[in-house]
Amino acid sequence: MTIVESPIRVEDAPQNAVRVEDVQLDITLEQLKKLVSPRALTGETMLLNMGPQHPSTHGVLRLLLELDGETIVSCIPDIGYLHTGIEKTAEGKTYLKVIPLTDRTDYLAPMSNNLAFCGAVEKLVGIDVPIRAQYLRVILMELTRMNSHLVWLGTHALDIGAMSVFLYCMREREMILDIYEAVSGARMMSSYIRPGGLWRDVPAHFPQLVQRVLDVFPGRILEYEKLLKENPLWKERTVGIGKISAQDAIAWGMTGPCLRGSGVNYDVRKAQPYSSYDHFEFSVPLGSHGDVYDRYKCRMEEFNQSLKIIKQAMDRLPPGPVMTDDRKVAPPPKHEIAYSMESLIHHFKLWTEGFRAPEGEVYFAVESGKGEYGVLLSGDGSPKPRRVHFRAPSFHNLQPLGEISKGALLADIVAIIGSIDIVLGDVDR
Amino acid sequence: MGLEQKLGDMGIVTTSLEKAVNWARSNAIWPMLFGLACCAIEMMSTQASRYDLSRFGMELMRASPRQSDLMIVAGRVSRKMAPVLRNLYDQMPDPKWVIAMGDCASCGGVFNNYAIVQGVDEIVPVDVYVAGCPPRPETLIDGIMKLQEKIRHEPLRKWQ
Repeated sequence: MTIVESPIRVEDAPQNAVRVEDVQLDITLEQLKKLVSPRALTGETMLLNMGPQHPSTHGVLRLLLELDGETIVSCIPDIGYLHTGIEKTAEGKTYLKVIPLTDRTDYLAPMSNNLAFCGAVEKLVGIDVPIRAQYLRVILMELTRMNSHLVWLGTHALDIGAMSVFLYCMREREMILDIYEAVSGARMMSSYIRPGGLWRDVPAHFPQLVQRVLDVFPGRILEYEKLLKENPLWKERTVGIGKISAQDAIAWGMTGPCLRGSGVNYDVRKAQPYSSYDHFEFSVPLGSHGDVYDRYKCRMEEFNQSLKIIKQAMDRLPPGPVMTDDRKVAPPPKHEIAYSMESLIHHFKLWTEGFRAPEGEVYFAVESGKGEYGVLLSGDGSPKPRRVHFRAPSFHNLQPLGEISKGALLADIVAIIGSIDIVLGDVDR
Repeated sequence: MGLEQKLGDMGIVTTSLEKAVNWARSNAIWPMLFGLACCAIEMMSTQASRYDLSRFGMELMRASPRQSDLMIVAGRVSRKMAPVLRNLYDQMPDPKWVIAMGDCASCGGVFNNYAIVQGVDEIVPVDVYVAGCPPRPETLIDGIMKLQEKIRHEPLRKWQ
């Protein structure tokens, strides 16, 4: 295959153009022999390529499937089609400037990623977050979980053939995006949570927007359940499909609703409470069979639990500042910059040089919609991190795909990919 | 002074073939169902309930490049993905158009690093660039309308 440079920006092309010979598209026969069974080489079974451009791989996942008729003999995921180098890029940026990059890892749950990174920075530097900011973070985290689950439900149902659920879910998602826009100014890439608190306080109409979600959602969740829960077609496609036992799920490092669907009670919000999650009452829904249907039921119940947490947090939302008063990390208020030279200098230093974090290594995890989203942050005393690593839940949840789909039918793999809820931006980073 | 002025109102509109063809083409552009990253989610929003792209004759997203006219490059293109993207573009039948949706597809965006192609125009010719990270659905719709405008003024030519 040859790549013809486009006529636009042709002067840039020679040094920047993609060198096709560098990208290995096809694997050699020797490599293939190690991946598939000997039957595939004699032609007894069929090798089928699925992706990276396939509507039900939820992005750019590529699967190499070995089929015996309709049955899957082996399934080899090929990832990396969305590798962005976010971790490496973060090493060249100050702590504050890494936050926009975290938005773009798991782009369905930007606030969770913001919080995971900011939590790590706060742990490394030793910053206390005001209680109002903590409560607002909890509200936004739960809204983010619902946002993530809505996209999962819509696309998962669409893959299996229920089109109307997708349109309903996207309708409700707009309500949450409106809240994002009100608080941060952006629909998706919020960068709203900052080390030490929040960028700014929420606008005056924030309680009304959240109240609208609290009023509308319970009915809408019932609507989705009416369409799917007892639907024989839905159950035919999901019950008993893609089973994984509790031991296997733990061994593969699965977290989130995928792990809880197998009946393991592990939730970071309960195991290591952060951002005052221990102030709220909620339960962790568990499945028992570990199949696609149980993972579906877990996530549907999480909608209700999220609403419960949001309601408690809104009722008890305290007044006060939303940013720490430690001027070493928090920018001075705008009105102070106008008359105080020191404030101006602080502001300038923070935005040009950034704040310094001490030498050390911390790990901070949050429960995002997909599972345990952790950040391993290593500081070296300078304003830039030495190393940032994201423990992406989608990456770990994707690992057992080959194991789960062994022996399943070809059509089931679409249901299985939907049920483990991967985001390729999170897998490849 | 066309034919209709001479013969009176006969319920006939005369136009050039070029205009008629372009009018038809511009109002039924079928995009390819091809999402890469964050922008793909906004592309889904554009298709879905609130923004409803079918108002522009584009409700039919085709998963196969062989039945699509428009490639919306929605998201960052990694170096591993670039040959695949070009392959998909080559499979699309003429006439075909490309929209670079978002900053990453237009110029690399915030990711000026080893992994990301610095603008998809290095591998496929782009007709419309849509700015934003990610662009709002309104912005994408504006980009699509700009493309329709462009198609309406295209001369008829022999496609390779």
